[in-house]
Amino acid sequence: MRPFLYEQPASTPEAIGAAARHVPPHGEGRIQAPAQYLAGGTNLLDLMKIGVSHPPALINIGPLRAEHGAIEADASGLRLGALARMAEAAEHPAVLRDYPAIAQALRLAANQQLRNMASLAGNVLQRTRCNYFRDPSWHACNKREPGTGCAAMEGINRRLAVLGVSDHCIANYPGDLANALAALGAEVDLVAPDGTGRSIAFEDLHRLPGDTPHLETTLRPGELITRFRVPAGPWTRRSLYLKVRDRESFEFALASAAVALDIGGGVVRDARIGLGGLAAKPWRSREAEAVLKGRRLDEAAAGEAAEAAFRTAVTHGDNAFKPELGRRTLVRALLQAAEMEI
Amino acid sequence: MPDGNQAAIGQPALRIDGRAKVTGRARYASDEVVANPAWAFLVTSAIARGRLRGFRLDEARAVPGVLDILTHENVGGEAEKPKPMAGGDTTTTLESDRIWHDGQIIAVVVAESFEAAREAAHRVRPDYEEEAPSASFGSPGAEEEVRKAGEHKDYKVGHADSAFKAAEYKVDQHYGTPTQHHNPIELFTTTCAWNGGKLTIFEPSQFVYGLRGGLAKQIRMEAQDIHVVSRFVGGAFGSRGAATARTAWIAIAARRLGRPVKLVATRDQGFTIVTYRAETRHHIQLGATRDGRLTALRHEGWEVTSRPSQYNVSGTETTARVYACPNILTKVNIVHADRNTPGFMRAPPETPYMFPLEVAMDELAVALRMDPVELRRINDTGTDPATGRRYSSRSLMPCFDQAAERFGWSRRNPVPGSMREGDWLIGWGCATAAYAANIGPAAVRITLEPAGKARVQIAAHDIGTGAYTVIAITAADRLGLRIEDVTVELGDTELPAAGLAAGSSHTAGICNAVAKACAEIRARLAGAATVTNDGPLIGLDPATLTLRDGALHGPGGRSEPLARALARVAPGALELYSENIPKGLPPESIDKAYQGQMSMSRGHSREDVTAYTFGAQFVEVRVHERTREIRVPRAVGAFAAGTIINPLTAHSQYMGGMIWGIGSALHEETEIDPKAARYVNDNIAEYLIPVNADIRSIEVIMVPERDEEVNPLGIKGIGEIGIVGMNAAISNAVFHATGRRIRNLPIRIKDLL
Repeated sequence: MRPFLYEQPASTPEAIGAAARHVPPHGEGRIQAPAQYLAGGTNLLDLMKIGVSHPPALINIGPLRAEHGAIEADASGLRLGALARMAEAAEHPAVLRDYPAIAQALRLAANQQLRNMASLAGNVLQRTRCNYFRDPSWHACNKREPGTGCAAMEGINRRLAVLGVSDHCIANYPGDLANALAALGAEVDLVAPDGTGRSIAFEDLHRLPGDTPHLETTLRPGELITRFRVPAGPWTRRSLYLKVRDRESFEFALASAAVALDIGGGVVRDARIGLGGLAAKPWRSREAEAVLKGRRLDEAAAGEAAEAAFRTAVTHGDNAFKPELGRRTLVRALLQAAEMEI
Repeated sequence: MPDGNQAAIGQPALRIDGRAKVTGRARYASDEVVANPAWAFLVTSAIARGRLRGFRLDEARAVPGVLDILTHENVGGEAEKPKPMAGGDTTTTLESDRIWHDGQIIAVVVAESFEAAREAAHRVRPDYEEEAPSASFGSPGAEEEVRKAGEHKDYKVGHADSAFKAAEYKVDQHYGTPTQHHNPIELFTTTCAWNGGKLTIFEPSQFVYGLRGGLAKQIRMEAQDIHVVSRFVGGAFGSRGAATARTAWIAIAARRLGRPVKLVATRDQGFTIVTYRAETRHHIQLGATRDGRLTALRHEGWEVTSRPSQYNVSGTETTARVYACPNILTKVNIVHADRNTPGFMRAPPETPYMFPLEVAMDELAVALRMDPVELRRINDTGTDPATGRRYSSRSLMPCFDQAAERFGWSRRNPVPGSMREGDWLIGWGCATAAYAANIGPAAVRITLEPAGKARVQIAAHDIGTGAYTVIAITAADRLGLRIEDVTVELGDTELPAAGLAAGSSHTAGICNAVAKACAEIRARLAGAATVTNDGPLIGLDPATLTLRDGALHGPGGRSEPLARALARVAPGALELYSENIPKGLPPESIDKAYQGQMSMSRGHSREDVTAYTFGAQFVEVRVHERTREIRVPRAVGAFAAGTIINPLTAHSQYMGGMIWGIGSALHEETEIDPKAARYVNDNIAEYLIPVNADIRSIEVIMVPERDEEVNPLGIKGIGEIGIVGMNAAISNAVFHATGRRIRNLPIRIKDLL
């Protein structure tokens, strides 16, 4: 095996201090960073074994769960500790009651064994399942090796993205929770190696591929996610996550939709819409939301919203079916959410 | 069923090896302990076609713990290429600098640890001279040829072309099936240890003598100097037939090092270092009268293979004989691409070839406005239409009737899209399953002890099917013992030879051999007991004596304990060696088994009768009206396969076949990059198979059937038929749910939008 440094800090200052020692001066946003935080290990260790990722140093933040593992809810919203396990969040009574889209996104992801291990922040940062990325014997992958090209464009791309793609990369963001967090307007709390904290909108955490698909997030070198904050709103209870896939379970989404609706007086007062499996990053469709505001939510309105969501879709052969599947998924999710009894 | 008390055969019995398996005591090949092994890791090619100019090995050699690196440059001359069991020539690995396919073994790194070997393997830098590869059907450079007669043949009965032209009702359609891989849960492993000039190999195998004989030729040794051990096999499904490309190089690596070498290939390597089910295409033409009688059947198939191989599965040998039809024409074409050589995979011919026939039959039923079960009934036959021979037995319609009854088929509204529940469209479909009843030769040694214990030794293979248990059942039944008093040893070339565990032939081959040996034991005991003065059985006709409950019984309640009867013929234990050559096979077929050559009497090419297992499969699918997920809440299969030795494991095997059939119809497809001719989803995260949530109710009906002609015990074999009808039954159900006829597998959401 390839030797790497393994550190197990006992506190957040120690963890970010350890990361700071490995941080080069100009490495912003690079996932292939010199040091990586290790939490549940369900994605990172996998990537190391298949030769995609080889960080010289791993900083195990598992022991920091006491500090960053809490799940709390009150009138202002939901706070999800970055190191809470997926299973813990999926089964939390407040999440189940008041944020069903989050609970469902978690429960429909991976399997129970993985959800028992994986942290929320690690899940949000999980990397694409594009096979050309995950197998280093493919030469052309701009995400893995900038400038080498993209084998997926003319290859097998049935599962890959149709929204937010570029001429350099069509990898899709594979996860579920992140789409619900994007839809619900979550914020991300971060702490930098120098100890200073900042917060960013969840939607700004991931980048679009553009001409730098190897840069996946806006995290600064050594920065640690400590918490996600989901603001309360009249829409969160009327929310759901619909995941569509060929297999009943344990498969990434071909298409998914996170929707949250505030319906009053027969019309949509507010809508929050996220899409998964279809886009280069966790996706919020403000275009679809705008169509619905002030409308009665019926088949026609849902259809128009779905049209709006995919107006910019770009396909590459195998994945030509995905905009249509995405539209249908969104329509089904919207109509289902409208009928929820809350 | 002569010569047995039937106390055990046909009674459900727990696996005698079950406890060992669930407690981890069962030793699979890589569990076998060897002294101080080194570890091998394979380097496989990242291109599908070209040559190796050479390697840069300095980085790999620098990894601490690396002991040796084998390439064509240093060991290429030390082995001949392996000979596959079918298709003639095949691709090479380290024998030359040629690259035939993606993922071909091009080097073997040996190191002190698995991790060091893997790390060094990742640092081997091959210098490729690339050529543009052909991936599959329709790729530039792929070469098509008509399959030559040899291992398989085509059928021409009557005048199919003119009969089709004249037919009142017709189906004329094209179909396709994808590449699939076995992915047995036990990875592909090989452990080699030398002791002087003798070699021991631990490897999961469906044919230990085949592996021994093949390897002996490859590395130019005497076969008797090679010992192959394969006591337990974690699934095989056709992927562990005989010699494999990896075995010789691990043997050579161990010889160079003077130390045992262990290889556990990775899951993704399992997609390219062994065989697979190649993609197929089909053109079917059916002609029928207004009342549904078939007047013409034309089935042409296309199969992908490697550049040098002629391998093909030729499922027209089954589709030509399922239904009565006076005019039959079949043809098979092979298409050479830059791929590894395909091979056997569960119901190799029938899974891809029965799909188009059975979908076409459903299309014909729709055209005729006829119930698809009735269409099968009208075309049922007791005579093999391809040869005119009688079926030894054929229970197709009892299978249809019992399965239809259980399924509730009479409540089906035939109009597509007419049945629904909430947002889910409901579809019901059915199809015929058929598989040839095959049997191979086998030798066995049975040791019977006075205490009423027996030991059965046979180089048969339990590939998860329950072979240990059916052998124990058969011996217990025929020797009048309890199952727990029989011990069974399998999977070792120091034991008497049995054939390949494949083609649903193994239970028939090995149980008939065991029963024959037991009959010889009974005859010896009975012969002695009736002619000596010291017992109660004196003077009786030896043919009337039976072994039961630990005693030798005659008519009129006369009997004596086994120990006394045994003492007369043997001072201690009686050890008996026996060979069984099934009817129709030549006498030398046992010698061939010892030499590792396959010989099998096939149900479609017997001189006396045609012998087939039949079944009927019914499936309910639900398709979401909007997002088109396809789910299978229930499936019912009825099968008539002659004598069932162990209904418990038979039930599991049928169920497993049906579950795999759901995967085959809806999930499984190895995706090939069209330009690079490389597999893309070579892992079981993205090569989908059903998970528990996909499988709801699977009902199996074992239709009683007695067939005294197929072989003495009347066993037809059950290993493959469970998968055969599922592809078509599901496609037909999807049509019924949605009105969409999907003729290419797998059927996915994208096909129904």
